[in-house]
Amino acid sequence: MADNVKPRVRVPRDATAGEEITIKTLISHPMESGQRKDGDGNVIPRSIINRFTCTFNGETVIDVTLEPAISTNPYFEFQAIVPETGTFEFTWYDDDGAVYTDSKEITVG
Amino acid sequence: MKTVFKGGVTAVALFAAYAVQADQEANLVINEDIEITVRTDAPEHLENLSTIYSGWVFRSSETQALQMDDFENPGMIFVDDAIDSWNTVEGSAGESCASCHGAPEELAGVRAVYPKWNDEAEEVRTIAMQVNDCRTSQMGAEEWKYDGGDMINMEALIASVSRGMTVNVATDGPAQSMWEKGRDIYYTRFGQLDLSCANCHEDNYDNNIRADHLSQGQVNGFPTYRLKNAKLNGVHSRFRGCIRDTRAETYGVGTEEFIALELYVASRGNGLSVEGPSVRN
Repeated sequence: MADNVKPRVRVPRDATAGEEITIKTLISHPMESGQRKDGDGNVIPRSIINRFTCTFNGETVIDVTLEPAISTNPYFEFQAIVPETGTFEFTWYDDDGAVYTDSKEITVG
Repeated sequence: MKTVFKGGVTAVALFAAYAVQADQEANLVINEDIEITVRTDAPEHLENLSTIYSGWVFRSSETQALQMDDFENPGMIFVDDAIDSWNTVEGSAGESCASCHGAPEELAGVRAVYPKWNDEAEEVRTIAMQVNDCRTSQMGAEEWKYDGGDMINMEALIASVSRGMTVNVATDGPAQSMWEKGRDIYYTRFGQLDLSCANCHEDNYDNNIRADHLSQGQVNGFPTYRLKNAKLNGVHSRFRGCIRDTRAETYGVGTEEFIALELYVASRGNGLSVEGPSVRN
């Protein structure tokens, strides 16, 4: 179990219909690659976030597979077009089976 | 074919010029809210400089941008960790930082005046020393390692609530002898390369030392998140790095010499804003 895993998300509070908004996400995570060895020469087991998804009102916005070469605290920034008021759901899947989630409401006026 | 090749070279040259160029006229506003003084008149005791600059102005515009928004600033992740330890009860007294101090914001202004003379202990104390004093005498907890992860994160939290406040370290009164000691160290040449702090950071700031753009060596932005090692770095560890680079045996972190030097270097930045955790390369 990775320590101090904490998802962070930034989504604008409101937007106009059809506006392209920028979403920023970051999860603090060591992203241990499985390639490194400890002081005694034993391999440190791989422990990474292997998948990240974002949905808007249930519809997929982005679905990413993460590989071991991605560095600590993976950060994603992407654009989305919001047609209506709704909720962005963010999900990170850890190698150890843990699932971290966050969600943000956005109002389309 | 020849034309294409030439075009390629020009593009590379332009890119290289762009990459090393810092936007030295830029102003720093964090979260579109906290205004940071990155250049101002030098304090009176500084004879050889007329203007003091935060290290931020010497960085590339990409690095500068990372500090303008807490979401982009990787140092703030460590501040979050420190908030967790702020609220964690540790030690025999059953206290956490929060039980005495309340919210971290209660310590706003602390970073601006440290290192500072402590009347009871009759010594100049850095924030790290004060934190450890709290931990041992108030909480009954174990000391944190000087410049260790827990300590640096806590220092970053304490600095973050003072951001935008003007550094104003006392150089007179009981702290004066330590301050003078720090000044002596600053102007003493060390190591096989025979360099003092002043040779680089006073005589040659804004020049390049190989690929590095030399700053004035101000410490108002500490703890500093460095892109090169992807973690927060303390002032004393930075001093060690500098002195090591002169090929000298360095003082240890938390030694009296480094406390004196930190006091003196901090006073060279009197007038700049507290910036920590800052982002540097």
